[in-house]
Order: sequence, then C-alpha cells, then structure tokens
Amino acid sequence: MKTIITIVGQDTVGVLAKASGICAKHNANIIDVTQTVMGDYFSMVMMADISKLTCDFSQLSEEMQQGISEMGLVAHVMHEDIFNAMHRI
Amino acid sequence: MLNINDILETVQMIQDECLDIRTITMGISLLDCADSDIDKSCQKVYDKIARRAEHLVATGIDIERKYGIPIINKRVAVTPIALLAGVSGGDPVKYAHALQKAANTIGVNFIGGYSALVQKGFSAGDLELIRSIPRAMSETELLCSSVNVGSTKAGINMDAVAMMGKVVKEAAELTADRQSIGCAKIVTLCNAPEDNPFMAGAFHGVSEPDCIINVGVSGPGVVRAALARAGKDLKINEIADIVKKTAFKITRMGQLVGAEASQRLGVDFGIIDLSLAPTPAVGDSVAHILEEMGLERCGGPGTTACLALLNDAVKKGGVMASGRVGGLSGAFIPVSEDAGMMDAARAGALTIEKLEAMTAVCSVGLDMIMLPGDTTAETISGIIADEAAIGMVNSKTTAVRVIPAVGYKVGDELNFGGLLGGGPVMPVNTFAPDVMIHRGGYIPAPMQSLKN
Repeated sequence: MKTIITIVGQDTVGVLAKASGICAKHNANIIDVTQTVMGDYFSMVMMADISKLTCDFSQLSEEMQQGISEMGLVAHVMHEDIFNAMHRI
Repeated sequence: MLNINDILETVQMIQDECLDIRTITMGISLLDCADSDIDKSCQKVYDKIARRAEHLVATGIDIERKYGIPIINKRVAVTPIALLAGVSGGDPVKYAHALQKAANTIGVNFIGGYSALVQKGFSAGDLELIRSIPRAMSETELLCSSVNVGSTKAGINMDAVAMMGKVVKEAAELTADRQSIGCAKIVTLCNAPEDNPFMAGAFHGVSEPDCIINVGVSGPGVVRAALARAGKDLKINEIADIVKKTAFKITRMGQLVGAEASQRLGVDFGIIDLSLAPTPAVGDSVAHILEEMGLERCGGPGTTACLALLNDAVKKGGVMASGRVGGLSGAFIPVSEDAGMMDAARAGALTIEKLEAMTAVCSVGLDMIMLPGDTTAETISGIIADEAAIGMVNSKTTAVRVIPAVGYKVGDELNFGGLLGGGPVMPVNTFAPDVMIHRGGYIPAPMQSLKN
C-alpha cells in the first residue's frame, strides 16, 4: 500500500527533512522523491510505502499537514489509488 | 508508474479548484417499518435509520482522510413517508420529528424522503402528507421534502400542482422569521428519479433494495479551470472534448469513493450521480463555466446552447468512468447556490424565463430562486405546471424549488448561508394563471411518437 505526499508552497530550509522525519517516525518507507523549485515556488512529490505503518494512516496524514503548515507550506497525503483511478483507464 | 504532472493536477483540482465529493447518500427502505400504530411506526423508522446509518458519517470522514478528498455531505434518503402515513394514519408530522431525531443521532447533514408520489393521483396518506409539509418543514431543520406531480407516462396531476403552490406559500409564511427558509427544503418534481442522492429531491424509491449507497460528485470549478487554460481559440466541439475528459476524471474519483464506502459499510453500491453541482464559493460556479465558453454573462443569448453542450458532455465523460449511473446526472443551475448565477441575476442578464428555457437542457429545473413575498400561490403553481410540462414532454426530470420570501421585494437580498447561499429576489411575471390552476384535473400524458 502506497501513499503520495505532495508539498507545495514557498521554498524554505528543511522541508524535505521535516517530511522524511515524520515518515521515519511512523515507519513509512520512502520509495521515491521528486522535487522542483521554480523561482521561490517549491513543489515536492514523495511516494511512501505505508504497509508497515506503526500508526493510523489518518495520524500520519494529520501530523504531516500540521508539521508542514507550520513551515508555511501545504501538504496533501493521499492514497495512491485516487491517482490511479483518475488518470488510468 | 504515476506521472508527477497527473499527481500535481489532482492536487491542484482539490486545493485550488474546489473539487469534492458533494455527497454520500445512504438510501434506506422503510417499507418494513410500517405499522398501523403511528407511534410504533415512528419508533421503527428511528431504529432502522439509526442502525443502518450508524457508521455512515465516520466512514465518510475516514475515506476523506485516506484519499485527501473532501466529502462535503453525508446524507440519508428514505422511502416516501406518504406510504407509511397511508398505513398508520395519524399526523404525518410525527414522522418528520422521528426523521429529524434520527438525523441528529447519526450526525448527517440532511435527511430526505418526506415525500409523496402523486403523478397519477392520490392514495391513502398522500393528501395528509402534502398538507403537513409546511408544518413539518418549519418544525425540523435537516428534513427535506419532495412531491412528484407529473411524469411522461402519467401526465401532470394538476390538483397536486395547485396544492403545491399553497404548500410553498404556507411554508414561506411559517418560516417568515428565517427568510422563509422552509421553502428551500421543498421541491416539486416531474419524472423524479428514485435514486437521487441530492437534496431536496432525494428519496429512496420503492423499487430500490433495502439499503444502498449513492454518490453525487461535483466539480464546476475544475471544468471552468480546464476551459480557462484551453484559451479562447478552440472550436466549440473541442470545448466539449475538454469537458468530457474532465468529467471522466471527476467521476472516476466518485466511483472510487463510492465503492470504498459501500465495501466498508457492507451496503451495495447503487449509482453515481454525474453532476456539476455548484456552491456559493468563488470558483465553483456553473454560470462561470458558461461564461468561460464565451458568454459575456450567463443568461444572455447563447446560454441555452452552451448549457446543452455542457450537460451532454458531462454525461458522456462520466458514463464511461462509472459502473452504474443514475440520479439527476447533469449540470445544476440553482441561483442562490451559484456565485455566477447570483451576479447574472443582479445584473439583469438572467431572468426566470431564461432559466425556464435552460431547464429544458439541464439536469433539473428552476432551483433556489428567490421570489417577491407577494407572489401568489397560483403564480407558483403556474410556474410548477410550466416546469412539469417541460419535463413531461422531454422525458426528463424537472423540478421547482422557489422561495417567495415573506416581506422581501424585487432587488432585496437574502442570505441563507452555507451551501444554500443567497442572492437577489428576482422579478416574476405577475399576469395571473388563477382560472387555469383552479380547474384542477390532469394534463394527459403526451404522445411518444410524431416527435417534432
């Protein structure tokens, strides 16, 4: 089971560290990370395996949103199925 | 492997373009709750709803978190209460209170089904229920009421049409201290679908299974943004293609959420309602889609054509994306719930007569229109009859939900708040249809051949 973590907003120091820290804390294994910075605008997409998660999925999601919003960015934590459903026939 | 652009597109739809699942509606049959003692009947109704929908809201919230997609409403639709009132007799408002209590217990946003289906005539319970609607709406908050007065096969029951004009007026008066909000929960339909997840017209038809999950998707903001990105040079058929593709994506998401909800709740998945349902939020307007297609204002010449294209393309895109389609399926054109419609009405571009023409090609009808408080019951019945005739002849669902706001006149503004929105009181044609409405009887069902 995989989740996609998307973070967008103003670029700032330590975004990736924060996100990966929260993943590590709950045993979510990061499989892939793509990030781009265009001007001051930062966008990062992270795929993580959550099959051995040590907490509730909703807890991971809430902690991520909370932690990232404290840095002034927006995080979305979404199960991969929604992307497969919307973009694959 | 997922493509980063696809991921960002989805995130953008949710974050910036108001994409959401409008409603997960659980349909619950109450046929097995009927009892000749009305108090026992009400208790059974309460018990069954509380049992079947116990986990509906929690499941909705859980799915919201898993997929990161907002699910705005969790609702329940039940068997038309007139059927139960027919068995039990007594004051139907007792059922209204039982339904309100059940809605409070399970925490849903709305409960629908204070309804009667009288397109061909009245049976036991129907007249009592219709007469009690104004009281039921003024004494409850979350309950919605609908009455089906016509169909393509049966024609239009003009006695019921005359009654509904009075019902709407009475509901307006009983809730005059709350901007006549009672009327926002009453809809008069022609060709009502039995599996509609949207309020105020949702009820659980008698041919439906015992319990079912229906999903209504939304996303006018996503369609508008897709058209804005496409620019002004595309041919109109290319616009239709963009709408189809966008509707496909929106509906696939609805299919995913509906399937998951039905599996978690252990209830069969019924239908997806392929709808573009606007909200008063900026950027979530059907009127703005039409304007994005190239109209100066919604309501001007070209509006009906643009809406016809939109309605059809939404269906074409959505049908392929889902297993089973039903409900109202198409574009909604409520005035108070759509920021663009409100503006168009204020500017004088959008009139009730134009809206009536638009209902011939959209998915529902005259919806959430604020009328002057001195509009007569007969005029409202006349509007209902016109709208039902459009539905009957074109084999489509049409509906009327108007609010003759007591104490308000043309140009005044109402504000209901939340999804119901607000907007200006619109002028209505005041030439009286009284004699026609007082005739009663029925309009015979139309020919289904010699179509011109």
